[in-house]
Amino acid sequence: MQDSRGRMVFTALIALILTVLPLPSWLNLVRPEFLVLTVLYWSIASPRTGGIGLAFFSGIMLDVFQGPVLGEHAMALSLVSYIALREHQKIRSKPAFQQSLIVFAALVTYEFVLFAIDGWTKHPVTSPLRWTHTLSGAIFWAPVAAVLAASGERRR
Amino acid sequence: MAAFGTGASRPLSGRGGSPGFRFTLYATASIIIMFMDQRGEWLERVHYVLDAAAYPIQLAVSSPSSAWQWMKETVETRDALRAENARLLLRQRELELRTMRYEALALENDHLRGLRDALPPVAERWLIAEVVDIQLSALRQRVLVNRGTRNGVFKGQAVMDDQGLLGQTTHVGPWSAEVILITDPEHAVPVEIQRTGLRTIAVGTGDTASLALPYLPANADVKTGDILMTSGLGGVFPAGYPVGRVVEVHRDAVQPLAQVRAVPYAHMDLDREVMLVWFREGHPAAPVATNGDIKSGNAAMQPQGVPPKPKPTPAGQPGAAAQSSPGAPGSSGAPGSSGAPGSARAPGAAAAPGATATPGAAAGAAPTPGDAAVIPPAPKTPKKPATPVVPEPSDDESPPYETDAPPKAAPKEPPPVVPDNTPRTP
Repeated sequence: MQDSRGRMVFTALIALILTVLPLPSWLNLVRPEFLVLTVLYWSIASPRTGGIGLAFFSGIMLDVFQGPVLGEHAMALSLVSYIALREHQKIRSKPAFQQSLIVFAALVTYEFVLFAIDGWTKHPVTSPLRWTHTLSGAIFWAPVAAVLAASGERRR
Repeated sequence: MAAFGTGASRPLSGRGGSPGFRFTLYATASIIIMFMDQRGEWLERVHYVLDAAAYPIQLAVSSPSSAWQWMKETVETRDALRAENARLLLRQRELELRTMRYEALALENDHLRGLRDALPPVAERWLIAEVVDIQLSALRQRVLVNRGTRNGVFKGQAVMDDQGLLGQTTHVGPWSAEVILITDPEHAVPVEIQRTGLRTIAVGTGDTASLALPYLPANADVKTGDILMTSGLGGVFPAGYPVGRVVEVHRDAVQPLAQVRAVPYAHMDLDREVMLVWFREGHPAAPVATNGDIKSGNAAMQPQGVPPKPKPTPAGQPGAAAQSSPGAPGSSGAPGSSGAPGSARAPGAAAAPGATATPGAAAGAAPTPGDAAVIPPAPKTPKKPATPVVPEPSDDESPPYETDAPPKAAPKEPPPVVPDNTPRTP
């Protein structure tokens, strides 16, 4: 197994920190969900080690920081990670642009799950701004994936 | 781009079952967790532990900005310090002057109300907390402060800055607490318009610079420049603390409700330090918990009836609003439940104060949607003393009470409160 669990946890932690780093509000709106991208990357690149477990626990961490209900992000991340896991072979073979599109779809799914749970638990945030990060996430996918891949190279 | 490792194409169902199985497992787990977190307090403990675990990360994240702050403070020039010192001295003198008047006014006030002994201030003590510089949520207005249960902080505690009301605590960890700001779209704070005593609810909009007053009828007596103070209902905030100023009143002939926007006094986005406040239990101005779900000790206070009455002036609009509520089911309950911030918005509650308060409104408030609750305003009106108008507007609005921070000196409890408590005695 080439991808160590430790590195995944480490990158996930960095991603979490990037997620809660305070930014000016306009920048904040276009901040991609780094943790989701990281989990997606590991689900695709190393479905055996990474995957749903990593997604679940990252989600719980995210919930502690920003969720109105514990378990919300865990649910959404597990789902997205599961989808990526199932299709990881297909996704890997796609060119970068198409990968970005797929990631975009995954992020929309993710946000929709959050949106739904927010509604069910009576903490609705209906602002359309909540969807902006899906776009920036798709744009950021390529660099994030490159960085994560490089992190693998160096340590090997 | 993404150089995915050597694509091993073995089946994925190695450890822990197939992906489908694992997904089902984790999804079920999260649903159970969500359910438990939503209902009941079973997860409070877990939340507490997780908060504790997350605190180091939160500190780590905020360290660069606090380091920067520290640097700035250390290298500040002598001139800058001098200037600040001069400014503070000036400010202090100003506040001292105001306090002087405050003493006199408080005394006079007590005379007017026939109270034998002056009441101590509502706020018993405060604790300065620093805002930990992290992003709790992009679209919700929450901040994290560096005080927790170890410092005696509890859930649903009022948080202020030196200008006005800031919010209340939602989750409290051992060393940190999450504060929901009054501008969070999920937060609602029961307020009263100082000029008229009209009572309503101010709801956050998600923007740090504005509050909405969505439940005022179109003919309510409210205008730009009116000052909003906490009304003391709702069980979290004591009465008489400044909340904001009305900056925009929009009346549409077609709409039954006016659209009113206010700007909060507290500097939501600039504050680095906030104050957590403990209130004296049993004080007339202390928050009134209507549902018993929040322990803020007015229980002892309630049976005693109104503190010696001033002569009953029939003018008392705001009192009437309060009065009509207890009878009406949803209305008194709703502010009370605001311990859970979101819930304070039950339309019934909102409508009650709005609709009944001003005489004008009472006449014309019919269109208010939540009105069902409000039937009995008329008979009650006369027996309410007109106290709410008492606090001399001039000095009441201006002083940011807490600035007199030396804990003892500060906040006044303006009389309007007193009538509040009593009506809900039954």
